Amino acid sequence: MKEAVITVKNLVKKFGSFVANDNLTFEVYKGEIFGFLGANGAGKTTAIRILSGLLKPTSGEVTVAGFDASHRPEMIKKHIGYMCQRFSLYEDLTVKENIMLYGGIYGLDTVTIRQKTNDLLERLRFSGYADRVIAGLPLGLRQKLAFAVAVIHEPEIVFLDEPTGGVDPVTRRQFWEMIYETAARGITVFVTTHYMDEAEYCDRVSVMSEGRIVALDTPENLKKQYNAESIEEVFIRIARPEKAMID
Amino acid sequence: MRTILFLIRKEFLQISRNKFISKAIFAVPLIQLLVLVPAVTFEVKHIDLCVMDFDMSAESRDLIGRFEGSPFFGVKYTTWSEDEAESLLYSGKCNAVINIPSGFGRDLARGNPAKLFAGIDAINAMKGQLAWAYLNGVISNFNESIISSGMQQAKASVIPRTEVRNRYWYNEMLNYKYYMLPGILVILVTAIGFMLAGLNLVREKEIGTIEQINVTPVRKSQFIIAKMVPFLIIGLADLALGLTLGKILFNIPFEGSLLLLFLGAAIFLVAVLGLALFISAFSSTQQQYMFVAFFFMIVFILMSGIFTPFESMPLWAQKFDLINPVAHLIKFNRMVMLKGSGIGDVSKELLLLSAIAILFTTFAVRRYRKTA
Repeated sequence: MKEAVITVKNLVKKFGSFVANDNLTFEVYKGEIFGFLGANGAGKTTAIRILSGLLKPTSGEVTVAGFDASHRPEMIKKHIGYMCQRFSLYEDLTVKENIMLYGGIYGLDTVTIRQKTNDLLERLRFSGYADRVIAGLPLGLRQKLAFAVAVIHEPEIVFLDEPTGGVDPVTRRQFWEMIYETAARGITVFVTTHYMDEAEYCDRVSVMSEGRIVALDTPENLKKQYNAESIEEVFIRIARPEKAMID
Repeated sequence: MRTILFLIRKEFLQISRNKFISKAIFAVPLIQLLVLVPAVTFEVKHIDLCVMDFDMSAESRDLIGRFEGSPFFGVKYTTWSEDEAESLLYSGKCNAVINIPSGFGRDLARGNPAKLFAGIDAINAMKGQLAWAYLNGVISNFNESIISSGMQQAKASVIPRTEVRNRYWYNEMLNYKYYMLPGILVILVTAIGFMLAGLNLVREKEIGTIEQINVTPVRKSQFIIAKMVPFLIIGLADLALGLTLGKILFNIPFEGSLLLLFLGAAIFLVAVLGLALFISAFSSTQQQYMFVAFFFMIVFILMSGIFTPFESMPLWAQKFDLINPVAHLIKFNRMVMLKGSGIGDVSKELLLLSAIAILFTTFAVRRYRKTA
C-alpha cells in the first residue's frame, strides 16, 4: 500500500476572475519522484506555491505532510524543502554562509550544520567555492547549491520549481543524479519541468493545461495510452491539441 | 532565539559586503554634522543697511556710528536718492533702509521728538522681526544716551524706571550649535532607520530572496526583529559617533546621563524601524517604498520642532506630534543634553516613544505576510 504524503482534492485557486488551478485532484506517494509538466502559464507554479504554504487555496482540500494547507501552512513549512524558479539564495553571501543560514533557520545544531556543510561541499565538489560569494558562481553550481540547501533539514518532501531551466546538459544530468539520491533517502521529490526528457526520469508524471490536470500516470503508461514514442509527443498531443492538428 | 541570531548575522554580513553602504554608514553622520550644525542657524548677524542721511548733523552721525558699531548691522550703502534706496531693497542688496530726515538733530536739540523712517525687507518674517528688534535696541540705546546727557545738563532728579536683567538658562551664550546639534543627531538616526532597514526588506522582495525565507518555518516576529536589530545597533553606533564629534568639534555641553540618552534613542529607533518595516511590508518595489517613506520623513522632521518652536505650531499640529517620534526624541535629546534632565523629567517623552514603538512594530509584524 502506497502512503500518500500529498493529497489534493478539488483544489481551486482564483486570482480575481482568472482561474489558475481548476479543480485539481491528485495524490503524491512517499519516496516517489513526481513530475509536474505543463506549458508556461498552465498553473504549475501556482499549484507548487499552494502546496508549499506560500499561497492560500481558494477552495478545496490540500494536505501536505499531514497538515492542511489552508489553515496550517507554517506547519507544512517545517516538513518541506522548496527551491524556487528564480534563484533565491543570498548572492552576496558565500556558499558556506548560505548553508549555515538555512541550517540555522531550520533549527539544526551547530555540529550538524558543520557536518552537513563539509558533506555537501565534498559531495558537490564545491570545496574550492566554499568561501566564494554566490554572485560570481556559474548557474549550474548555483542550482545545485539551491537544491542542497532545500533539503539540508532532511524534509519529507522537496518541491523543485523548474530547477534545471537554462542549465547545460552535463549539469542537468548531475542535477538529476542529485534528485535520485534524494529520493533514495526517502525524500519525496515534486518537480516541475519544461524538459520532456526529464519527465521520462520521473516515477509518475502529471500534465497540466489551462489550470487543469489532463493526464496523470507513469511515463510508460502515458506513452502507451497516447500511442507515443516519447513523453514529448504525449505532451504535444494533450497539452496543445490544436497545435498537434496543425502539425 | 537562535534563529534570530542566524538572521542577524546574515544581515551584518550583507551590510559588510556592501562596500558603499558599509562606508556611508559612517561617512554620512560625519558630513551631516560638519555641514548642518554650523550651517543651520537662526542667528541674524549681517543685516546690510542702506542709510539716507538728509540731516548730516552730529546726532545723525552718532546714530549711524552706533549701527556700524553693532555686530548685527553693517552700513553698506549711503545715498540721498530714495529711488536708489528702494531699488537696493528690491534687488536684495540691502536688508533695511534707514531714512534720517533733515531736522532730526535740530528736533533732538530742542527736546522735541525726532522722527526717522526704517524700512525692512521681511520676506523672511523671522529675519525681518529680528532686524526690527535689533534696530529698536540700537535706537533705544541712542535714546538713553541722549536722555542721560540731557539730564546732566539739566541736573534733573533721577527718573525711576525698571530695568530687567535677564539670564539665558541652559544655553547662556545662546549658541545655536548647542541647540541644533541634539536635533541633527535625531535626524541622522531617523535617516538610518527609515532608509536602510525599509529599503533592505523591499530589496529582498525585489530580488526574490524573501521567497526562500517565506517557505521556511521562520516566524514573522523573528524575521522582523532580525531586520530591526542590526539597524538599531548601527543607529546607536552612529549616535555615539555623532556625540563624540559634537564634543570634539563643537564642544557641545552634555549635562545629563549618557545611558538615558541611549535608552531614549533605542526606543525611538524601534519606533522608526517599525514604521519603516510596516511601509516596506506594503511596498513591492524600492521606488514605492521611497516615495511613501520620504513623505513620512519630511512630515515628521518638519513638524518635529527642530527648526520651528513646537509651541508656536497650531494646536492640531501639536496633537499630531503625539505620534511623531522625531518630535519626542528632539525634545528629549535637548532636555537631557542641555538641561541635564533625569528620567523623571523626560518620562512623558519616553512613555510616548515606547507606545509608538510598540504600535508600529505590531503593525509591521502583522502586515508582513509569509503567505500571499
